Amino acid sequence: MYLYDQYDQAMVDARVAEFRDQAQRRLDGKLSEDQFKPLRLMNGLYLQLHAYMLRVAIPYGTLSSRQMHALADIADKYDRGYGHFTTRQNIQYNWIKLEEAADILADLAKVEMHAIQTSGNCIRNISSDHFAGAAADEVTDPRPYAELLRQWSSFHPEFAYLPRKFKICVIASDRDRAAMKLHDIGIQIVEKDGEMGAAFYVGGGMGRTPMIAPCIKDFVPLDRLVSYAEACLRVYNRYGRRDNKYKARIKILVHEMGADAYAKEVDEEFAHLLDQGVEPPFAELERIRTFFEDPAFAAAGADDEIDRSDPDFALWVDRNTHAHKADGYVSAVVSLKPVGGIPGDATAEQMHLMADLARDYSFDELRVMHTQNIVLPHVRKSDLHKLWTALDEAGLGTPNLDRIGDIIACPGLDYCSLANARSIPLAQKISQRFADNGKEETLGELKLKISGCINACGHHHAGHIGILGVDRKGTENYQLLLGGSEAEDTSLAKITGPGFTEDGVVDAIETVSDLYLSSRVEGERFIDTYRRIGMTPFKEALYG
Amino acid sequence: MIILTGNDLKSGAVVWWDGQSWSRHVNEAADVGDKAEEILAREEAARRVNVPYAIEAEKDANGVRPAHIKDRVRALGPTVRPDLTMKPADPAALDWVI
Ligand code: SF4
Repeated sequence: MYLYDQYDQAMVDARVAEFRDQAQRRLDGKLSEDQFKPLRLMNGLYLQLHAYMLRVAIPYGTLSSRQMHALADIADKYDRGYGHFTTRQNIQYNWIKLEEAADILADLAKVEMHAIQTSGNCIRNISSDHFAGAAADEVTDPRPYAELLRQWSSFHPEFAYLPRKFKICVIASDRDRAAMKLHDIGIQIVEKDGEMGAAFYVGGGMGRTPMIAPCIKDFVPLDRLVSYAEACLRVYNRYGRRDNKYKARIKILVHEMGADAYAKEVDEEFAHLLDQGVEPPFAELERIRTFFEDPAFAAAGADDEIDRSDPDFALWVDRNTHAHKADGYVSAVVSLKPVGGIPGDATAEQMHLMADLARDYSFDELRVMHTQNIVLPHVRKSDLHKLWTALDEAGLGTPNLDRIGDIIACPGLDYCSLANARSIPLAQKISQRFADNGKEETLGELKLKISGCINACGHHHAGHIGILGVDRKGTENYQLLLGGSEAEDTSLAKITGPGFTEDGVVDAIETVSDLYLSSRVEGERFIDTYRRIGMTPFKEALYG
Repeated sequence: MIILTGNDLKSGAVVWWDGQSWSRHVNEAADVGDKAEEILAREEAARRVNVPYAIEAEKDANGVRPAHIKDRVRALGPTVRPDLTMKPADPAALDWVI
């Protein structure tokens, strides 16, 4: 894992001191809310329905045990004993007091964490593949590049006031586990003729106007990565629509200019930047890379054979583990989606436990998935049963990865001031319904995603089944969408028709999933069947 | 009735104007009639409450009920964590929100 050098630490410490002074001035009545709001947002402090909310950055979703323990301590000391892991691989605390916010930032700084650039029109936390550095199918570990971009984008003066927020994702395999093409910039590290480079996908996003990013450059040499990213940002900063908030994201610019015209502008800017000294020295990338070297994996042994005699354990292994590049190891997914539970929430005790289990079984490392689960990336197969037993006892062993119960749900109207409708109760009802009727197993892979408003933090456009909460004359109403994907076959879901009540949409999901079961051919997932038979039969089943 | 609400500056907690000060309990909210703007301007200037605003509500035998679901969620707390709401021991409180 990356460790702060003196510059990183000095910057973060200075920011804590600065914010402490700003918060005190606000508490003393010397700053108005209008003056203070942009300052607190620069430090991830929002005001939500019930209290202040603090969003803490988890760079590319990677955490050490020590950091996870610190997050748990914050939940206990300053919040109400829990935190919420988000679709941006971050964590949010819902019950923060302004009086204590600077103390929390100081506690975070002690474990090399912060909340800088988790809000505002700047480059946000860089996201990545949660199996990075572990997956058997990647060409390299994408995190050194994500870290390089983190350093480049942190406090970058030119990009502190972009037309809108900006999200970058870096992956390094053909399997997309990070919704790469739904980011402002999605970068895939690729190998071509024995050389490594980066493919740039620019102008994707969800929200009000969902778009899949087109590839604007299929190969940028890695020693030009930062220059090319800078060129992409510069063109956006110059031409992005600052006059209209709803047209200010880069996806609108790329769409309106056309991908080819945008790419041409970027190429010109890139050529101009090449002799400007923008690219960090190669030695810096090499230095960063040393932090991401493989841990000392044990040689494969005879006890790597998994004992499948316990059927519950065998089911969890089948569903919640992922192939590892090292023989004898897997990546294990800790589900934060217990049946009827709140997606992404973890108590302080659960966080402490996950941190301890990562120390004992995963070289001190954890990852946050954008699907609001946690990964222990490097688990020896011979340790899996011990790990599963401990997880299961703590309510963290639900075997439902990528199943209908593994629902992404944003905080919605239970917490979020922008929401139109509640997301979480819906997720709870759906997960309970499909556990009770026993269909989860039969349905296989089915990704269901719920947002409480058009901002799409719950990725509803990218769900095999998506749900969008809307306000219909003061009551909650839910639109149903079908056919989305955020994997390598990225597609955008389409609305089925008129919306439903809360209970109505749960029934509607059972209707569409039943139609899938009766229509599928051998080996088809829900999304495959939808793509084969189209929307019409689903509409007929729903609306008659 | 017209009532005023906002979030306490220090704690961020949801508060309601009770005619004299800010209360945590929606049932103590006072009808401000046509005085909303005047009180809001004064309270904003005093900088004790964040972005206070006026909303419509109804009052009956059970108390004060804001017209919009968002303010009812604010008044009670998250419906998915009854233990953290203002009425943790009252299961009917969730029906009041919806
Ligand atoms: S999608 Fe809307 S309701 Fe949900 S967290 Fe985002 S802004 Fe809030």
